[in-house]
Amino acid sequence: MRLLKIVPDDTNIDFVRLRYWAFGLTTLLTIAAVALVFVHRLNMGVDFVGGIMIEEKFAVAPSMDKVRKVVDDLKVGEALLQQVGGPTTLSIRLPRPESDDPAATNQVVEKVKAALAQNFAGAQFSKQDAVTGKVSNELVWNGILAVVVAVLLIGLFAIFRFEWQFGISTVVAIVHDVLMTLGFFALTQFEFDLNIVAAVLTIIGYSINDKIVIDDRIRENMRRYRKMDMREIINLSVNETLPRTVMTSLTILLALFALLIFGGHVLRGFTAAMILGVFVGTYSSIYVSSSLLITLGLRAEPTPDKPGKPNAATGAERVGPGNN
Amino acid sequence: MLDFPRWKVLSIFGLLAVLMALAIPSFFPEDMTKGWPVHPRINLGLDLAGGSYLLLEADTSQLVTDRVNLMSDSVATAMRKAPQIDVGDITTDGGKVSFMLRNVAQLEEARQRLSEMTTGVGTTGQRNWDIQVVDATRFVITPTKAGIDEAIDSAMSGATEVVRRRIDSLGTREPTILRQGPTRIVVQVPGLQDPTALKALLGKTAKLEFKLVDTTADTAKLAVGQSPIGDQILPYPSAAGRGFPYVGYPQNKVPVIAVRRAAIITGQDLTDARVQNDSQTNAPVVAFQFNTEGGKRFARTTQENVNKPFAIILDGSVISAPNIEGPILGGSGVIQGGFTFQSANDLAIQLKSGALPVALKVIEERTVGPELGKDSIDAGIKASIIAVILVVVFMLVTYGRFGLYANYAVVINVLVIMGVLAVLNGTLTLPGIAGFVLTIGTAVDANVLINERIREERRRGRSVIQSVELGYKEASRTIFEANMTHAISGLVMLMLGSGPVKGFAVVLLIGIATSVFTAVTFTRMLVVFWLRKHRPQTINI
Repeated sequence: MRLLKIVPDDTNIDFVRLRYWAFGLTTLLTIAAVALVFVHRLNMGVDFVGGIMIEEKFAVAPSMDKVRKVVDDLKVGEALLQQVGGPTTLSIRLPRPESDDPAATNQVVEKVKAALAQNFAGAQFSKQDAVTGKVSNELVWNGILAVVVAVLLIGLFAIFRFEWQFGISTVVAIVHDVLMTLGFFALTQFEFDLNIVAAVLTIIGYSINDKIVIDDRIRENMRRYRKMDMREIINLSVNETLPRTVMTSLTILLALFALLIFGGHVLRGFTAAMILGVFVGTYSSIYVSSSLLITLGLRAEPTPDKPGKPNAATGAERVGPGNN
Repeated sequence: MLDFPRWKVLSIFGLLAVLMALAIPSFFPEDMTKGWPVHPRINLGLDLAGGSYLLLEADTSQLVTDRVNLMSDSVATAMRKAPQIDVGDITTDGGKVSFMLRNVAQLEEARQRLSEMTTGVGTTGQRNWDIQVVDATRFVITPTKAGIDEAIDSAMSGATEVVRRRIDSLGTREPTILRQGPTRIVVQVPGLQDPTALKALLGKTAKLEFKLVDTTADTAKLAVGQSPIGDQILPYPSAAGRGFPYVGYPQNKVPVIAVRRAAIITGQDLTDARVQNDSQTNAPVVAFQFNTEGGKRFARTTQENVNKPFAIILDGSVISAPNIEGPILGGSGVIQGGFTFQSANDLAIQLKSGALPVALKVIEERTVGPELGKDSIDAGIKASIIAVILVVVFMLVTYGRFGLYANYAVVINVLVIMGVLAVLNGTLTLPGIAGFVLTIGTAVDANVLINERIREERRRGRSVIQSVELGYKEASRTIFEANMTHAISGLVMLMLGSGPVKGFAVVLLIGIATSVFTAVTFTRMLVVFWLRKHRPQTINI
């Protein structure tokens, strides 16, 4: 049986030469993402801004205007309606009642449920979240803290296991990934909730995974070809690991697309974030973190007792016996 | 490379078999697995099973104020004891008790009595109150931080128990009630579609007191909030319009009533409370039963106070103030208060389960209907199966035999994760299912790394066995490092994340641990078996 090879053997793409273009493009995109977050704002879910969210499933697709009118007539605050999953399911966002009394929230929810059941035959309550400002503030800070702690710990791990340049380049690349994800949410106005924080943390984990594999190969090649120019080592390493990078991204994407299409609407935002993260993470592994190593001045330490292979300096010599 | 001792093979198969077997009970209905010798089970989170999640927070400011007031009362009582110590100007201003000593000679005696009222806090070496003398004659008793924390802690332990008893009375299946941090309680009730009843039950502290009414209090003073000595003024909303028992009380104000501070009896003396219908009006009333000691006290007090009213007080507000027609000896009685059946029933439950030592507020609430939960499970399972199929086919067409081995590992890995989750008594949430699907995608990464390395080594011209050996050896280090970083982000999620994020992190972390074993150790064993048997000169990879 002939096996599938998505990436041909012995690719020799000069990734490093493209790095200034890549840096420029990356910087522009990152700035654009940050600008989007500031201009468009994130569509924060009740998890992060507090409020009441009721999800109602209707027997037939209701007219949004009628639902809005029914809810507005209750005078419980301005309602934000959104279709979720399909035309028959609506999420209704309401501000939290002024009073801290739990009974007040209860009343609002009861009123809305009763009014919907009365006006739309077969309407069925499917989900309800009520979060106070106190809790939502904590969730915001916990989320930010989790992301910052994860980035720092992984940066430290990379410095500890590799060289400081790896730590810096990895952290820069992850910050890029996180900002791009935020920009994506600002652009699409998908709801940003607790699940998305989990997605962001997973993207960080995944993206690092990718970078560690390439970094690991760079380190290995630095030992193997001691005389080789750093650019060539990085090019060689990225090319050598390219089949793996592509394969792994593809398997994860296959799983994620299955989740996106069949996994139900509750997880859709999470999955969309993850899919974007796989692309962004893979891109930043190749173009941001690896290329940044050169800018940061990583070089192989000369060790005189074990000279490199004479033929290694060319960089194209990848087939043939290694130096074991 | 080909050396793979029999004990190692057996332990790998044994371990995997045991872990997979542990997943089996979760596939069968709970009733069926009850009789099995071991039946660990994966619990479904509320987002999958449907149900309510409530986060309650204690209103500790009231607790702190009450504690200071109580201290002030105790100080007054202690000083009245013979030989009496003459004190004046007792205040609780600024959250501390302070009073003046009229006779300086009694300073040491007063100090002695006060210090008997304080206790040490745990092993901190601190007292729960700090006693100071200022200006030679003024005592200032300040609650210490340790004392306040201890009071809050014990109130929260009590509150957790009360919450548990109240929820148990609803008869729902397996509620989870846990303390979280110093002042919070998490309540999770699976299968509950309507949290309204639950919240109504938890919304009241239900502190019941019976106190004698002071009928001699001056109406004009009551109207401006001045209470006679030894009394307290309480609102009596249902007396509006009736003017009882003070003639001439302003109609436009919430009616109040002056009662004796000392309670005849409190909710702690109740042994039972239930709903009944009043024999005359047929309206719902709450019937209660005192314990022996409380019954005796109530009998004695009512005997001494025939034809005077007493007040039934719930959470600091008077429900009713009936006249004592004659001594009440049976140790039982009813509370009438214009109840509906539901509110009478709630009160009965609340009284029976005891008063909450501290008021609780609902600060976060999430409810998922059973329909949505079921839809989510179905969708999650479908997505997982499709993800497995897609990945398995892709691995097979890319790596052939080596892909097949990786596929065995993937399928086994899914079952092993479930087994471990069941043993840890873990909870599967919807994000947890996402974690599963993601793990399916990432678990094969280890095999991709190994197989790509084998391809490379083959291209470098190494022999089959050398290539395989180097592939596993070189890739293992990378796999370890890559998984470490994954585990770091998983651990951060587990520690700092809330609810759904935690459920995701648990599956992710288990998946990282098990996938390294299945994807590396297990597949290596399969490859070795094949190499030993066929000694191939070339491999298709």
